[in-house]
Amino acid sequence: MSGTPASGPLLLGVRHHGPGSARAVRAALDAANPRAVLIEGPPEGDALLPLAADEEMRPPVALLAHAVDDPGRAAFWPFAEFSPEWVAIRWALARDVPVRFIDLPAAHSLAMEADAEADPDDTAEERLVPVDPIRVLAETAGYDDPERWWEDVVEHRVPGSGEAAGPLTAFAALGEAMAALREAYGDGGHPRDAVREAYMRIQLRTAAKEFGDEFAVVCGAWHVPALRTRTTLTADRALLKGLPKVKAELTWVPWTHRRLARHSGYGAGIESPGWYEHLFAAPDRPVERWMTKVAGLLRDEDRFVSSAHVIEAVRLAATLAAMRGRPLAGLSETTDAIRAVMCDGSDVPLALVHDRLVVGTTLGEVPDTAPAVPLQRDLTRQQRTLRLKPEADEREIELDLRKDTDASRSRLLHRLRVLGIGWGEPAAGRGSTGTFRESWRLRWEPELYVRVAEAGVWGTTVLAAATARAESDAVAATALAEVTALAERCLLADLPDALPVVMRALADRAALDSDVGHLADALPALARTLRYGDVRATDTTALGEVAAGLAERICVGLPPACTGLDAEGAEALRRQVDGVHTAIGLLAGAVPSSADGLRERWRAVLHKLTVRDTVAGVIRGRAARLLLDDGHLDQDAAARLMGLALSPGTPPADAAAWIEGFVGGAAGGGMLLVHDERLLALVDAWLTGVPTDTFTDVLPLLRRTFSAYEAGVRRTLGDLVRRGPVPAGAPGAGTPAGAGATAPGFGPVLDTARADAVLPVLRLVLGLDERPATTVPGTPAHPATTAPGAHGGRPPATAPAHHDDTPLGETA
Amino acid sequence: MTVSETTEASTGEALRPHAEDAFAEELKALAAADDRPRPERWRLSPWAVALYLLGGTLPDGTVITPKYVGPRRLVEVAVTTLATDRALLLLGVPGTAKTWVSEHLAAAVSGDSTLLVQGTAGTPEEAVRYGWNYAQLLAHGPSRDALVPSPLMRAMSQGMTARIEELTRIPADVQDSLITILSEKTLPLPELGQEVQAVRGFNVIATANDRDRGVNELSSALRRRFNTVVLPLPATPEAEVDIVSRRVDQVGRSLDLPPAPDGLAEIRRVVTVFRELRDGVTTDGRTKLKSPSGTLSTAEAISVVTNGLALAAHFGDGVLRPGDVAAGILGAVVRDPAADRVIWQEYLETVVRERDGWKDFYRACREASA
Repeated sequence: MSGTPASGPLLLGVRHHGPGSARAVRAALDAANPRAVLIEGPPEGDALLPLAADEEMRPPVALLAHAVDDPGRAAFWPFAEFSPEWVAIRWALARDVPVRFIDLPAAHSLAMEADAEADPDDTAEERLVPVDPIRVLAETAGYDDPERWWEDVVEHRVPGSGEAAGPLTAFAALGEAMAALREAYGDGGHPRDAVREAYMRIQLRTAAKEFGDEFAVVCGAWHVPALRTRTTLTADRALLKGLPKVKAELTWVPWTHRRLARHSGYGAGIESPGWYEHLFAAPDRPVERWMTKVAGLLRDEDRFVSSAHVIEAVRLAATLAAMRGRPLAGLSETTDAIRAVMCDGSDVPLALVHDRLVVGTTLGEVPDTAPAVPLQRDLTRQQRTLRLKPEADEREIELDLRKDTDASRSRLLHRLRVLGIGWGEPAAGRGSTGTFRESWRLRWEPELYVRVAEAGVWGTTVLAAATARAESDAVAATALAEVTALAERCLLADLPDALPVVMRALADRAALDSDVGHLADALPALARTLRYGDVRATDTTALGEVAAGLAERICVGLPPACTGLDAEGAEALRRQVDGVHTAIGLLAGAVPSSADGLRERWRAVLHKLTVRDTVAGVIRGRAARLLLDDGHLDQDAAARLMGLALSPGTPPADAAAWIEGFVGGAAGGGMLLVHDERLLALVDAWLTGVPTDTFTDVLPLLRRTFSAYEAGVRRTLGDLVRRGPVPAGAPGAGTPAGAGATAPGFGPVLDTARADAVLPVLRLVLGLDERPATTVPGTPAHPATTAPGAHGGRPPATAPAHHDDTPLGETA
Repeated sequence: MTVSETTEASTGEALRPHAEDAFAEELKALAAADDRPRPERWRLSPWAVALYLLGGTLPDGTVITPKYVGPRRLVEVAVTTLATDRALLLLGVPGTAKTWVSEHLAAAVSGDSTLLVQGTAGTPEEAVRYGWNYAQLLAHGPSRDALVPSPLMRAMSQGMTARIEELTRIPADVQDSLITILSEKTLPLPELGQEVQAVRGFNVIATANDRDRGVNELSSALRRRFNTVVLPLPATPEAEVDIVSRRVDQVGRSLDLPPAPDGLAEIRRVVTVFRELRDGVTTDGRTKLKSPSGTLSTAEAISVVTNGLALAAHFGDGVLRPGDVAAGILGAVVRDPAADRVIWQEYLETVVRERDGWKDFYRACREASA
């Protein structure tokens, strides 16, 4: 009944996830029509096999096995539409032919995995030695790339071309080749294979009793010679004796092409699932159909691709294949042709083709009847341990992070948030200033079960899933702020394993972001995040380094970014400078290694900002203020800077902006002027010198600056100003601000002579005196100057000659 | 360029002989050993052309020197493109051997690399189509004899490979006259009521610089007629250091500069800086960087090192030191005074400062940037 040389069951050695193999398996099964089909896979999955025929089951899916008491220990058997095993399962189910898994039970393999992990020598050996059978065959055939050899010899066998020799010849030839390889390489560095193959042989014997020779076995080509070997039942049983065992459960989970393509973790390591799917699904002319698909994709992405492009690409691919001596254009030829013809030689659109088509975005689906995912079990277990019952009613809880249970609860809730399972929402707590307290609003809704099932793609435990999800989010994030927020969430959710990936993404985004504003926005959040290191004992070294790097970039990029700004932009940047200043202060504590250098450089940047004329006034003033507050600018230097900024040549609007930056914004701004009267005198002198026509322009700015002060500060300032300017050559002009005695720039008490000058006007206004106002010739020209005094309730101390500080008094 | 001059130059003491003359032996050996099918009027089969460019050993022991060091894939696509009678466009930043590859391709395919149109901003339509011999035209009226064919027209009628250098520098209206030639493979002569039809074997290799902005971008109609191959910069630091030091050596000798005793370390450093900034990532692959607007090609690295050598020889102690290359690097990196300077300083502060053994270089660069 078969083309195999030895009598016995039909052994179909395949390459896992090879579309050519899948097609060949289908043809072979059709030809041989076996009474049963055995498949390499965990036998515990037998009960789940009928689900494969379910309407709602769409590959790629994976059979997931996990240890019941430790959902983190899991194994996956992914199946794609084009997997030979899947084809065989569907073939059997469609014909009501019994189908079984015959690999070593997951109960043993999961337990053995744990043992292997415990023994480091063993794993090292297992990783280094394995022989790749396909590679050896390819090298023998003179190919440098095993995938390409396999493609040429097996996958590209167009249906029909092998028909003449019978659908089974290829399997026979491959089996022989593998036998030769196994002779040369033994177990090829997969010591566990011996056990697995012994188990499979036992299964084959059982099947032989039931079905005679009329059954087919679909397994990896590598195993074919071992299954054909004649051994004694006792020898096989001996191999299986004393295997470790855990209680394992299996279910179907949806899979994605992207995960099939992934090499690490549970990926199947196939580079191009999308291409394979295409090869498997395309009835004929695979290259032409592929090129049309690619053209469609590129057109959707607004790239100009005509039919002529497709024609030329197909021609080029075919000629390339001929030149490289290949029977049919493969993925590398088509890719080269697409690059040269459709993408103008550029790899950028090609990356899109690779992502969307070569790998593909197909997402598998699993019917609802499939058993629950282990993630749900893990969650239930944790809910029980932490005594957090899922309840439909909303309730609030307060967590004290200093307690272990509460900290664990917080971690669980944060992890679920990372996974998009919105069971708990952080609420504004009562003691919101403390970092050790958290408030949550909990509400479990039925659709969250669905969310959990969806999140099952990411892993089998809440921790593993959240880690995988965070890593994936970090890679996909485009904006710097997204990654920063993610880093914060990772720390809150205690996902140390995800942190390196997130940090890397953060460093990358930061390096490429040329907008200093973005960097400056990100830094305070990072510095804030670093503080959590104290409460949660998380290792934040990596975070600190990234933050320090971010600060470095800000130091370099800030000075050029401060020039040529409009008022709004300057104001925004001033706030950011404040934020960065605070953040660098925090960082210096958290990253001791680079603290001094960083602070030093930041200081240098601020110094640079203060003296650069092109920098917006508000930022210059702010930088001077920050330096002054930190004691890196002495009072004399500050006075000199202020003198420069307020010198008569400077446009008044700029000078006003400088004043706003220097003494505005923060609440303590006014106190500086109260205590350093020299600075106040500078402001005062400048203000009195502002020409009348520009005065109204600077008025709003000044009002904004001074109206933010507390009432007491304003009153004190008003009192100081009321004393008027110091008379020329008066004693104490150069002495430091004393206790009200002789402040530089201001007289010790009211200048009575000047105060008296206002009296005639006042009398006139109040109608106390009938005399005509001939003694004050300026009065009629300045009726407005007296008005504020009249309605503002302010002491009428300001003489018309000193009228320009009126608004100061008004705001006071 | 007339025919007689060409012959004279290639037989005599030409400063730089054509590819088909310089490598005549190799071409002959290849043609002898080549038993694969050849497209019509090709001197070699596509396989042999690829071998000629990439280098290898023939069955009879003849060693073919590699003409192009780079991905095999690119050469294969380029040769195959010519075999499918599509025009080939070689793109790349300056200094990536575009012209070199096109010359050798033409030499190997047609045995003649001289059918060349040099693209400039002033390239007239006559250079692409045909001109007139006005004495003939006045004396005898329009006829084929009065016609002065362009290199392209000659290539069409003889089934040869024509080359167009710097395609994007050619004015757009002149570029447009290529479309008919490339798609219809014919060149109408409306004055004579005739046309020149390309015979089999005719093809065009064009080169263009994809870094220069503001030149005459190809129209999509013309672009569609070309298969594009982008020639990359050297793939590994070792290859680049090798190219740079060899070239520096040659240039230095012609300028009578004394060889620097410890030059290699500094060359390696220059190449590293150029590569890292160009690729936007440090060599250890751990830190991403912004890339400045300059090309930072291998050719520029060569000139920086040569400059440094001259500085060291004439004003220093003859040893190539960080200070000698710092100014040159700064000049090559900072093309845009605002944006590039920030990028350079970021690079200095975040990468160079931390690197072991780069302290003196960091200091030299700080001094140069100040």
